[in-house]
Amino acid sequence: MANRTVRFSIYRYDPDKDEKPYMQDLTVELEPTDRKLLDALVRIKAMDDSLSFRRSCREGVCGSDAMNINGKNGLACLIEIDSLTWPITLRPLPGLPVVRDLIVDMTQFFKQYHSITPYLVNNDPPPERERLQSPEEREELDGLYECILCACCSTSCPSFWWNPDKFVGPAGLLAAYRFLADTRDQATSERLDNLEDPYRLFRCHTIMNCVDVCPKGLNPTRAISNIKDMMVRRAV
Amino acid sequence: MSVPVRKFDAVIVGAGGAGLRAAIQLSEAGLKTAVLSKVFPTRSHTVAAQGGVAASLGNSEEDHWHWHMYDTVKGSDWLGDQDAIEFMCRKANEVVVELEHYGMPFDRTDAGKIYQRPFGGHMSNFGEKPVRRSCAAADRTGHAMLHAMYQRNVKVNTQFFVEWMALDLVRDEEGAVVGVTAMEMETSEIVMFHAKAVLFATGGAGRIFHSSTNAFINTGDGVGMAARAGIPLEDMEFWQFHPTGVAGAGVLITEGVRGEGGILRNSDKERFMERYAPNAKDLASRDVVSRAMVTEINEGRGCGPNKDHVLLDITHLPPETILKRLPGIREIAIQFAGVDPIKEPIPVVPTCHYQMGGIPTNYNGEVVVPSATSKSEVVSGFYAAGECACASVHGANRLGTNSLLDLLVFGKSAGESMVDFIKSQPAAHRPLPANACDFTLSRVDRLNNQRGGANVHEARLAMQRAMQKHCGVFRFKKLLEEGVQQISEIAGQVAQTEIADKSRVFNTARLEALELDNLIEVAKATMVSANARTESRGAHVRDDAPDTTERPNGRDDQNWLKHTLWFREGNRLDYKPVNLKPLSVETIALKKRAY
Repeated sequence: MANRTVRFSIYRYDPDKDEKPYMQDLTVELEPTDRKLLDALVRIKAMDDSLSFRRSCREGVCGSDAMNINGKNGLACLIEIDSLTWPITLRPLPGLPVVRDLIVDMTQFFKQYHSITPYLVNNDPPPERERLQSPEEREELDGLYECILCACCSTSCPSFWWNPDKFVGPAGLLAAYRFLADTRDQATSERLDNLEDPYRLFRCHTIMNCVDVCPKGLNPTRAISNIKDMMVRRAV
Repeated sequence: MSVPVRKFDAVIVGAGGAGLRAAIQLSEAGLKTAVLSKVFPTRSHTVAAQGGVAASLGNSEEDHWHWHMYDTVKGSDWLGDQDAIEFMCRKANEVVVELEHYGMPFDRTDAGKIYQRPFGGHMSNFGEKPVRRSCAAADRTGHAMLHAMYQRNVKVNTQFFVEWMALDLVRDEEGAVVGVTAMEMETSEIVMFHAKAVLFATGGAGRIFHSSTNAFINTGDGVGMAARAGIPLEDMEFWQFHPTGVAGAGVLITEGVRGEGGILRNSDKERFMERYAPNAKDLASRDVVSRAMVTEINEGRGCGPNKDHVLLDITHLPPETILKRLPGIREIAIQFAGVDPIKEPIPVVPTCHYQMGGIPTNYNGEVVVPSATSKSEVVSGFYAAGECACASVHGANRLGTNSLLDLLVFGKSAGESMVDFIKSQPAAHRPLPANACDFTLSRVDRLNNQRGGANVHEARLAMQRAMQKHCGVFRFKKLLEEGVQQISEIAGQVAQTEIADKSRVFNTARLEALELDNLIEVAKATMVSANARTESRGAHVRDDAPDTTERPNGRDDQNWLKHTLWFREGNRLDYKPVNLKPLSVETIALKKRAY
């Protein structure tokens, strides 16, 4: 593949010098080896060191480089440049305060994650060896534990945009169900109590944006509906 | 200029596996602990580990820590310290079971125990045949482990400083460590963290090479800070080139693929490892497999239009196995190699992966340096664990799955040592030296005011290309000598980097320049140490130290059975003996390494 020139439109805002945010149009010449959007961002940063974004593993497991790409949330390191229409329009994740350029303040997102008791609760004295779990019981955690906390899902969810302080959001609820589904966990009823509230769980209106954007192919909507089922089952 | 001071009992720099494991010990002991990390903890590079963590649990077949110890010593090409290796292998079951208790979602055997798979260099009965020792959560073991440890830290209320970059280690007049300076990334504010004990758990510096499996954040910050503070670096010539990075992209494909039955093939579709390692074949040690691959490529049996890679084949495995045990690998192959490994083999090439050397420590996680009276005197208040440290358990070559084990065992033991040390200290902190922050402030000022200096991106690229060319899988006397010269010139440029972005808000240009200050120390140490070591051992193989009868594999135990120590001051080298004496068993005697 020959070198190619690609057009970008990128959200820029440095509160240290800009009065307000603006969209910067630019073109960049890419090398044949630049396949992913992150490769292009690194290329742009080599020319203009002020472009700010988070990145680390560049293989879709650390969850750093989530952003809004042509209107849809995704990880820059996993999106093929050639799959995108021009100009490639990049904005920070919607619904969270912008720190600078493509970097958002994730405080509210992590606050919600921390609110669901995100750790295994088992009050029995730890045995000398591992607690046993059958392969089938362990399989219940597949599709739940793989979350990378990139926030693509929660920041694509209208319910989270309206009530980021009250609605746990798809990422937090996926994590909540990960512990509810774990046969080793003993806090089922406390976990359900913690979510029994008009907002924390029930603001999910199954819009399913979360499923649509998850870069790991996970399904928070299903996890949420499983939690709702558990609530119903314990009520009857 | 005055800098705000914050006081803690302990400061941990780095929130990957080693830092999080140590933090659990400190928080559970009720000590006031700050954990500083450049990224949110679950974004640390431990997250990318795939294949598993070694422990002789024996869940699927008989195993023993002593066999694990033998394999690790042999894997290290006898450069590992046998006391530390025994310590690690004996502790493995305990720390892995603890993780399970924390909630880590290990895969399971039909009996409900932790699932274990074979891995390179791990054998039963002192090197006889491959054994299932790698405890795995699919091919996402690092992710599952890092999240489980972060979650445990949430439970025990560890205090995190997320998106803070440590800048310099602060020592007092007596050399004792009394804290670190650090920058809050969002505001560029510099703060002095005053502590009774400091742990570096900052990971490796794989980004000194152009082609690396490592994350962008792996810039050797702890190693660079230690070097600037006068701490020597141990065995920095030993870098692991992982056999299976995705050709072109560098992204890691776990050895667990070969553990599950994957086979390496050349352009003749031959399973070439049978010629290089008749017994262990594709599951030989990583240095052996990487060299075999490069030899195949150099002799014209590489694959693809440029004959520059080989193929990792799992098309013979049942698709169910791939989907269940290697789902992340399938994702990576589709994403980064454009092939579905169920149908087509994956193009792979040896890629820089792991730093065996680092900050010298003993098995308690205490940093040790030569003094007038001892080759290994403890630096008061200073600890290191994980990839940035050199205990030394990996010696000249690390076995797969021993890195996750290293960070658990030594993260925990460093944490325990810190608890004991802090409790033994007086209530008041040792005073900070008057000029504690001056060095940091002058570095940052220099950077902010530099005019006509070197571009950070270009200087870094020049360093990465020089390392790749002059210090790769096979090393050549002439190239090493030139490499020392080149890196020294590039270091001159790095001392004068210039940034255009002067913003105070989340200034990633400044952070990258400060990271490059750390990378260049690692590059210098690596090149100088490699140039000096005129033997072949483990991952360090030179053209002028070939395989002969007197020196099998080119290893020269008479002159080189010793650890390198590189000092930044004067770019000088010293050496210290390898500890061949284990804690409770017989020495594993020197012999020729073959798989």
